[in-house]
Amino acid sequence: MASTVALPVRGLRLVARAPILANPLNLVAIALIATFAACALLAPLLAPYDPLAQDLALRLKPPSPDHWLGTDSLGRDIASRILYGARISLIIGVVVVASAGVFGTIVGLVSGYAGGLVDEALMRLTEVFLAFPALILAMAIAGALGPSLTNAIIAIAAVTWAVYARLVRGQILSLRRREFVEAARAMGASRVRIVLRHLLPNTLAPLMVQASFDMGSAIIAAAGLSFIGFGAQPPTPEWGVMISEGRNYISTQPWLSLFPGLAILLAVGSFNLLGDGLRDAFDPRFSRGD
Amino acid sequence: MRFLGFLTRRIVGIAAVMVGVSIITFAISHVIPADPVAAALGDHATDQQIAAFRAEYHLDRPLPEQYLTYVGGLVHGDLGRSIRTRRPVSDDLFDSFPATIELSLAALLVAIVVGIPAGVWSAVFRGRLPDHLVRLLSLIGGSIPVFWLGLIVIGLFYYQLGWLPGGARIDNFVAPPPTRTGLYVVDSLLAGDLEALRSSLLHLVLPALTLGYFSTAVIARMTRSSMLEVLGQDYMRTARAKGLEERLVVLRHGLRNALIPTVTILGLTFGSLLSGAVLTETIFSWPGLGRYATAAAIALDFPAVLGVTLLAAIVYPLANLVVDIAYFWLDPRTQHG
Repeated sequence: MASTVALPVRGLRLVARAPILANPLNLVAIALIATFAACALLAPLLAPYDPLAQDLALRLKPPSPDHWLGTDSLGRDIASRILYGARISLIIGVVVVASAGVFGTIVGLVSGYAGGLVDEALMRLTEVFLAFPALILAMAIAGALGPSLTNAIIAIAAVTWAVYARLVRGQILSLRRREFVEAARAMGASRVRIVLRHLLPNTLAPLMVQASFDMGSAIIAAAGLSFIGFGAQPPTPEWGVMISEGRNYISTQPWLSLFPGLAILLAVGSFNLLGDGLRDAFDPRFSRGD
Repeated sequence: MRFLGFLTRRIVGIAAVMVGVSIITFAISHVIPADPVAAALGDHATDQQIAAFRAEYHLDRPLPEQYLTYVGGLVHGDLGRSIRTRRPVSDDLFDSFPATIELSLAALLVAIVVGIPAGVWSAVFRGRLPDHLVRLLSLIGGSIPVFWLGLIVIGLFYYQLGWLPGGARIDNFVAPPPTRTGLYVVDSLLAGDLEALRSSLLHLVLPALTLGYFSTAVIARMTRSSMLEVLGQDYMRTARAKGLEERLVVLRHGLRNALIPTVTILGLTFGSLLSGAVLTETIFSWPGLGRYATAAAIALDFPAVLGVTLLAAIVYPLANLVVDIAYFWLDPRTQHG
């Protein structure tokens, strides 16, 4: 009940005390993400075949006990390629979220704490990046740098950081006049200490929610860029590349594209589910499962 | 007067953002290592050809001068000449933009017509089967890759069932309607051409549903959550106590108030549709801005890439401005106080 929440518990305590595991949907999301991570980490042990090994005698075979998810146009085992693809997608998600998150957080901290002209300039820059349609900017960057997975990751991170900058700045602005910050300042804490020790931990909860959603967005964006030729290149077992390779067989051998797409849907869906759950757990106002 | 001040501030803000967008896009297409000369002329071009090409596109000038030349052109509506099509970029954009607008508007329509009732339904039946169903479908809508969904619906509805066309804007054997707005559905209506209307509507179904699914999910979730908030308000109880029929209570008192937050995200939704359109158009061979952008980026056609990016970047804040203006008129509280 709302009346029992006298003062919102903030910061690290909020994250630690949030009833994350109380919601069964969160447990489902965490289990799915753990499975995804396990597939990624253990791909060489789990995959029944070499993801790049071609066997033209076995091309375009439907799912069978030997090849659970069938084979592609070069006779490669689709299940093995999907397992290795999990590695690539996990790396994409982690690298994009970590780099964009750290950079955006620094910009947001500086902007929110410094205020004045610095804030004005940084926020205008942030607005510019938010105005770009993400995929078109990523295409322009990936096109100019040359198509590769690394460049796709750079491109996606470049369009993701601004959200964190705005999020963190908003949090800092609402926190910097709070009593505990004033108290720390009165006790002679340095600016760096106030930012790192008092302000940053209090932005953690919204950052975790955003990061969870962005893991999913980054995986979809990278697959989309690879699909149109701006990301990972064949024969890399990346999910977007696999869907693209199966495109011409959609009427006759739909499993070529069907299974990698389902893998994306499951991976992204589990991060989105977790994002919803974390938001509900951190913010009592959302605790109706909205 | 408050409205004029608000409008002026917003327009100045948009102009400032556009300057930033143009600088960043220009930097991306001119500073990073790709070589548009090699991309356009191939490896066997003579030095003379290369020099002529560099002069034509001002690539032999210092960067700041190149930028100023570009912006000078922009002010006069000149976006430069495409390296790939050899036509003025503005002409190319003018030709391909209506197809994207038609697709995005159709997708937005899907999102509104399906998303709002789904959100209301979900809120009214909170915690029961319809609610779970809508929430599951919304989660899938927010997590599904649009290009994969496109492929799957083409495989199913075009190849397997043969119900709907799987690409292009109109059948080959049907003449497109005379261009007035560039939107085939509107133009065929204006021309009274029922054959073209039927064909263009059928061609619009699969791409609009594919592109609209994500936005439908966003709108359904938004409507559900604001509907839940409204359903708990005192005035809803009063309306029921007055003996009003439940349907009227929900629709007249509930939905009208719950819609305000949904309206505010329509602008954002329209902006995100443009990004989604890039991939949807690729799948459905839809001759719009997205396909043009993809071809331009592959060919390192930087004037075209710049043009598309600028156009796309202005649509987003403009759509938001339109929504804010609507909001300003809708919600009396923003006009006073």
